[in-house]
Amino acid sequence: MPFSNLTGRLQETLRKLRTRGKLTEKDVEAALREVRLALLEADVNYKVVRDFIGKVKERAVGHEVLSSLSPAQQVIKIVNEELTELMGGTQSKITFASKPPTIIMMVGLQGAGKTTTSGKLALSFKNKGHRPLLVAADIYRPAAIKQLIVVGEQIDVPVFSMGETNPVDIAKAAVAHADRHGNDIVIIDTAGRLHIDTELMGELEEIKNAVAPHEILLVVDSMTGQEAVNVASSFDEQLGIDGVILTKLDGDARGGAALSIKAVTGKPIKFATMSEKMDGLEVFHPDRMASRILGMGDVLSLIEKAEASFDEQKARELTEKMRQDAFTLEDFKDQLNQIKQMGPLDQLLGMLPGMGRMNQLKNLDVDESHLKRIEAIIDSMTVEERRNPDIIGGSRRRRIAQGSGTRVQDVNRLLKQFNQTRQLMKQFAGMEKKMKKGRGMFNLFR
Amino acid sequence: MLRRLFGSRGSRKNEAKQEIQVQEVTEPEVEQQEVEVQEVETENTVEPVTKTGLFARLKQGLSKTRTGFIDRISQIVTGRAIDEELFEELEEILIQADVGVTTTLELMDTIRERVKTDKITDGSGLQSLLKEEIVALLSKHHQPLALSDERPAGIMVVGVNGAGKTTTIGKLAYRLKQEQAKVLLGAGDTFRAAASDQLKVWAERVGVDVIAHQEGADPGAVAFDTVAAAKARKADVFILDTAGRLQTKTNLMAELGKVYRVAKRELGRDLDEVLLVVDATTGQNALSQARLFSEAAPVTGIVLTKLDGTAKGGIVLALANELKLPVKLVGVGEQMLDLQDFDPVEFTEALFS
Repeated sequence: MPFSNLTGRLQETLRKLRTRGKLTEKDVEAALREVRLALLEADVNYKVVRDFIGKVKERAVGHEVLSSLSPAQQVIKIVNEELTELMGGTQSKITFASKPPTIIMMVGLQGAGKTTTSGKLALSFKNKGHRPLLVAADIYRPAAIKQLIVVGEQIDVPVFSMGETNPVDIAKAAVAHADRHGNDIVIIDTAGRLHIDTELMGELEEIKNAVAPHEILLVVDSMTGQEAVNVASSFDEQLGIDGVILTKLDGDARGGAALSIKAVTGKPIKFATMSEKMDGLEVFHPDRMASRILGMGDVLSLIEKAEASFDEQKARELTEKMRQDAFTLEDFKDQLNQIKQMGPLDQLLGMLPGMGRMNQLKNLDVDESHLKRIEAIIDSMTVEERRNPDIIGGSRRRRIAQGSGTRVQDVNRLLKQFNQTRQLMKQFAGMEKKMKKGRGMFNLFR
Repeated sequence: MLRRLFGSRGSRKNEAKQEIQVQEVTEPEVEQQEVEVQEVETENTVEPVTKTGLFARLKQGLSKTRTGFIDRISQIVTGRAIDEELFEELEEILIQADVGVTTTLELMDTIRERVKTDKITDGSGLQSLLKEEIVALLSKHHQPLALSDERPAGIMVVGVNGAGKTTTIGKLAYRLKQEQAKVLLGAGDTFRAAASDQLKVWAERVGVDVIAHQEGADPGAVAFDTVAAAKARKADVFILDTAGRLQTKTNLMAELGKVYRVAKRELGRDLDEVLLVVDATTGQNALSQARLFSEAAPVTGIVLTKLDGTAKGGIVLALANELKLPVKLVGVGEQMLDLQDFDPVEFTEALFS
């Protein structure tokens, strides 16, 4: 995969240049050639790339090279900052109506993921204490209404449908229904359509005029190529969209469409969806998307996930244990559980720099059944064995293997891994004692 | 995550009443009207079965694809001398058509070479050169849809979510039926809500049988039953639908591999076609899709869908160049007739005309 690790390639390109002091034009140009290719491979629109590169070049030439960064890192930093800015500062929220119900209209091409996303949006509102109503207004695709009804059942949100009648009437009736039944949010799932289909685009306009939605959200597949710009600007010109939801981000698409759409329409990307499960709706973070498009991984998301899942108290205890060299297999199991809570392992690994692509991922074992096996092995130990693994001799190993349905080799491997982890922790703890600044690093794991 | 799941199960009882109310009122209407609309649609689709309608539709579909792509090439090349700037502009156009950096650079290298050897000096000569090279690239690995003489012939359709698998199957079934084949469909998408209903609607429109299990059933079992039923009912060809999945989901790809193996074992030989459905608006990710789906099941060709938009479909060039995968069919609209054979010459000609 040619552009999987931009940071690495840039470093390689710039290693030969070795500037000190200020970034020269030569540095910047060499670097930006790689950046340009990376952006194009990520499906960022050609024109957007051209403008962007020009802007970065202007800013980067003559820039002081910070002592802590290499020229390559310096360029990347500037590129990343500019990208984040272009992508629009912080994440945006849904505008709620002053007088409920808030009406949200979902639009987009066929197959972008409108119906599934409508369900996810409804669930996220419901979890925040709202009473959403889903509206089945896709009367064209076979069984689309049925799909929304099933989705509604899954997430326990009511679905309003009138069969295959005029979508404008459906929308109007749905809003009236919401009024009567106290639903404070109405999510209208419209049929997928081509942006050049005048007739169907006219239908959307009619719905818009009939119910005056507070939010029109364009659903865009993150795998979309150069076409994203045409689609988004057509929908925006004809309907005036308020924001974009980027779907299927759990794949390995770099999602350059996000950047193109923002650059061309100026409309914010409000949410991203990352799984087929109904809880897979996430707030969109422009800075993280910038790194992803550049192929630099999503370290920030990883850290945040770790922060959300790790129990503060437990982490503190663990640090203390590490200091005292009292880390046991029980703690090891705790840790594994916490990692599991962070989400599917393959997703976590995908967020690490350079791992965004399947090629590398495949060499790594992301099989979660391994975790289960490790848990089973630990569960088959006595309390004493867990606290003091050194006493586990050959006969105990055989017993543990039998008890957990594994082989002695598996038990051996686990014990070896555990010992390595313990060694590593000893080193970390030692480092922390030596340098007081080391605290920062521990915060990273907390 | 778990907590959320349990939470929603718990609260379900409370809200169930309200939910039922809404649906009770509406569901009977759904069924009634569905039937009505279906009748209307069969009428609609029967009408344009004339040759002119078919050709016009293909042209219409392609002309949308063409605008902005080749128009711009003629605009740029005519009456200009060949210089570096011109090469760069051509490069830009290819990239904007989703051809991708690698394939674009390779194409441009070949053209630069040929400009030298063939001593071409005029911009319009460059256009026919580019056309030649694109046709050559697309023809090199081209293979039409091929079903063996053994009966039943087997087709499996795979792809990411929302690529248009089910619609493609509907159109393909219609086409095969027009050719007097007895077609059987297998509703292997047991995951997405109402996916098998969608296939059933298509089957009714076309007038073929469907083998379906309930939602959440093992897709391998559907594959098994589909092949067994195809044999028992002496069908000429079966088409097995599969759930859309992102190619990076290792588990789901393993499942797809299993579905294929089950179908193969029951059929007693490799399936005739494993078609990867790719949305024409897809960018460079199509390469990753083609690579990883091919690892799960032996993909024999591509179906390029939604070519009736303004998407330029240039990803076809990258797929042919980098993965040697032929495009077998193109979808150019939402009607039953809108599935065409992919013809490299016609395709390129249409792009340039």
